[in-house]
Amino acid sequence: MDKKDNEQAAVAEERQMRKTVWEEKGISRRDFMKFCTAMSAALALPVTFAPKIARALDEVQRPTLVWLEFQDCAGNTEALLRSSSPSVAEIILDVLSLDYHETIMAAAGHQAEDALMKTVREQKGKYIAVVEGSIPLKDDGIYCCVGGKSARDLAREVCGNAFATIAVGTCAAYGGIPAAAPNPTGAVGVKDAVPGATVINLPGCPLNPDNLTATVIHFLTFGKLPATDSQGRPLFAYGKRIHDNCERRPHFDAGQYVEQWGDMAHRRGHCLYKMGCKGPETWHNCPIQRYNDKTSWPVGAGHGCVGCSEANFWDTMTPFYKRLPNVPGFGIEYTADQIGAGLAIATAAAFAGHGVISALRRNKDTEGKKEE
Amino acid sequence: MEKLVAKYVWEWPVRIVHWVNFLSILTLSVTGIYIGWAKTLAHDPSQYVMGWMRFVHFVAGYAFTISVISRICWAFVGNEYANWRTFVPWAFKDGRKNMKETFLFYVFARPRPPHAVGHNAMAGAAYLWVFLLYLVMICTGFALYAQYAPGSLLSRAFGWVYIFGSSQGLRLTHHCVMWLLLAFAIHHVYSAWLMDVKEKDGCMSSIFGGWKSVHEEE
Repeated sequence: MDKKDNEQAAVAEERQMRKTVWEEKGISRRDFMKFCTAMSAALALPVTFAPKIARALDEVQRPTLVWLEFQDCAGNTEALLRSSSPSVAEIILDVLSLDYHETIMAAAGHQAEDALMKTVREQKGKYIAVVEGSIPLKDDGIYCCVGGKSARDLAREVCGNAFATIAVGTCAAYGGIPAAAPNPTGAVGVKDAVPGATVINLPGCPLNPDNLTATVIHFLTFGKLPATDSQGRPLFAYGKRIHDNCERRPHFDAGQYVEQWGDMAHRRGHCLYKMGCKGPETWHNCPIQRYNDKTSWPVGAGHGCVGCSEANFWDTMTPFYKRLPNVPGFGIEYTADQIGAGLAIATAAAFAGHGVISALRRNKDTEGKKEE
Repeated sequence: MEKLVAKYVWEWPVRIVHWVNFLSILTLSVTGIYIGWAKTLAHDPSQYVMGWMRFVHFVAGYAFTISVISRICWAFVGNEYANWRTFVPWAFKDGRKNMKETFLFYVFARPRPPHAVGHNAMAGAAYLWVFLLYLVMICTGFALYAQYAPGSLLSRAFGWVYIFGSSQGLRLTHHCVMWLLLAFAIHHVYSAWLMDVKEKDGCMSSIFGGWKSVHEEE
C-alpha cells in the first residue's frame, strides 16, 4: 500500500510540475492536449500518439537549439514569430534552449559569437542547428560573413558538430533565390555546403512554422528525425503534391478553369491551372497546414502556387503565370504549342509544295518508265 | 518492262503495331492538347471532363508503350524488312548508296527513287529518329505521370529522367516532341503516297494487307 501511495504522490507531483511549465505560460491543459493532437495529425500519426507527444513535451530534456542566418531575408524567422502569441509552438522553442538567434537574441557582438562557440564545444553532437538562408561558396565564401567568419566556415563548424541540422526555407535547403541564375555568389543549400552533416530540409518560401514545430516534436517524442524522401524532406509534410490535396482540385477534374484574373470562374473559386499554378509539380502540405495559424494559403486566396518549396523554383517554375516555360530562342509572346502548331503547318505547306512539283514532273517520269 | 509480282512484306505484328501507334498517337495528341491547353467545358463541378481526358491519355500511353516495345522486339525476330538493320542504313554500303539516291529523288535531282522492297533508306533512317522521339515521349510521360505517387514503383522506375531536366523542362519537352511527331505524321503520309504514285508499289495499301508489288526477280 505504501508503494501505491508513493506512486500517487509522484503522479500528483508530476502534474504540479507540468502546471509550472505550461500553465504558467498561459496554456491550459485542454489547449495543450489539443495542440498535441494537432501535431500528431501533422505528423500523419494516429491520434493515439497524442498522449505520447504530450508526455514527451512534459518531460522535455531541453536540447539546445542554435539558429543561424546566412543569405536570407529573415522570412522564416518572421513566419515563426507570426504565430499567434503565446502559441505552444513558440514555447516549444522556449523550452528548447534557444541559445543563439541573431534576430531575437539579446546578446550582441563577440559575446553572442562566444555563446555560439561555447554551445558547439560543450554540446558537441547533442544540439540542433537550424539554418536559414543560403551559403555562398564562390571566392572562398566572402559574400556572407558573420563576426569575421564566412558562412561556409560557420556552417561547417556548427552544422558539422550538431546532432542534426534543420534547413528552414528554400534558400537553406537548395540555395533558393540567391542561387537563381546567374547565382553571382555561388549560393548553395546546407547539404551542399556541409556534405557530411545530417540535414533535414524544410523548404518553402517561407517554410510553414507548423512543419518546423512538428519536426522538433517528432525528435522530442521519438528521439530521432522523421522519415524523409530522397531530397531530405520529411514525408509527413512533403509526401504529397499540392495539386492532390488542393481544395480547388474538383474544379480541375471537372474541367472548370480560371481564364483571366477576376473573371467569373475566378470569383467562383475554380481551378488556377491555366493561370500558371504550379501545384501539380510541387510537394508541400500547404493545402492542409495553411499559413499564419491556418488562416489561408496562396491557392486558397486565389493565386496560383509558384512552386516555392521546389529546388531551383525561381529558374524552373517561371513564368509564374504560365503553364509552361518559355521556349529558348523564341520571344516570350510565343508558347511552345504555338511554335509547335506553326511547325506542323509549315511541314504540311512544304510537302504540299513538294507534291505540286512532283505532280508536274509526273508526265516526264511516265515517259521515262515506258522507255525502260 | 519488268513484271510486277505481289510479295508479303509487312508481317502482321508490324501492321498491328503501326495501327496501334496511329490510334494511340491520335488519341494521345487530342487528349494531350486538351490537358495542356485546357478549356472550360464543364458546367458544374460534378462533371469529370479533365478526369476522363487524363484517364484516356494514360490508358493510350500504356497502349502506345506496349506497342513501341513490341516493335523494338520484333526488330530482332521479324523478317528482313522489319529488321533493325533497315533503320541504320548508313552502317551498310548498299544503304548509303540507297540513301543518297533517295535523297536526290526527293530534291528532284533524280526522276525515280531507287527501288526498295521494304522501307526506302531515307525512311528507315527517319524511323530510327521517330522511335527515339517515341522513347523520349514515353520516358517524359511516365516520369511526369509518376509525380502523383512519389516513392512508388513507377516513380522509382522513371526517376532517372529528371537528370535531364526539371519537371517543367520535361513538360515542355513532352509538348514540343508531340508537335515534332505530328509534323512527322504529315511527312509520313505524304511520302508513302508519293512512293505509291511514283513506284506503283502499293505502298499505301501494303500497311493494311501486308502485300507490296515488287519486281519479279526479287
